[in-house]
Amino acid sequence: MACVLLFGALRDLAGWREQIFDGVSDLDHLHSDIARLYPDLAEAISGPGVQVAVNKALVRGNIILSAGAEVAFLPPMSGG
Amino acid sequence: MSVTVQTDVFDAGAALSAFSLGLPDAGGVVSFTGIARNDGDKTEMLELEAYPGFTEPWIEALVKEARARFDLIGAMVIHRVGPILPGEAIVFVATAAAHRRQAFEGADFLMDHLKSRAPFWKKEHGPGGARWIEPRQADYQDLTRWTAEQTPR
Repeated sequence: MACVLLFGALRDLAGWREQIFDGVSDLDHLHSDIARLYPDLAEAISGPGVQVAVNKALVRGNIILSAGAEVAFLPPMSGG
Repeated sequence: MSVTVQTDVFDAGAALSAFSLGLPDAGGVVSFTGIARNDGDKTEMLELEAYPGFTEPWIEALVKEARARFDLIGAMVIHRVGPILPGEAIVFVATAAAHRRQAFEGADFLMDHLKSRAPFWKKEHGPGGARWIEPRQADYQDLTRWTAEQTPR
């Protein structure tokens, strides 16, 4: 299982901040589960400028998710 | 070196005084305070969100890079999260170096990266509702100043 965290506009779009996805083996698998349950969110997280962090480290491409992995989808950032 | 992400309102003057103490090797201290703008009554409140456990290490790595690149003796970053009212400080950066140019450039570098690269998300609440703010093109443009070939001074 993986714990998915959403930030910024992605959270408002989905209407939730945190959700557990059971039985996902890798990021592609997680993405297809999200696409099945939340097609709008799946499209948004594939959009330009959205970064992915697994266990608080940025990743690119597909990677295997260990049990209990934390997967955060990070839309374009803007501080100060 | 000090990095703080906090919800509490802070006094930028007090932060600068605290930072400036105990830096006998510093020839100059530079600070920048970013303030939430009212923007002609368009902004009633800003709401800043961070990713706890991710945002702080990200800023610490940025400060480390700035220290090495500009030979800084010290650096301090304070960034607010949560609701922020117009007139309140949202970000504070201070740098100390042996010479002024390094301190100015270190603070400038830190702010350019905090503005459009640091893991924060900013929502503007106004009379017409709320909207998420993304960096302006000019903010991204500012970043290229630190990657483009340095022009001779």
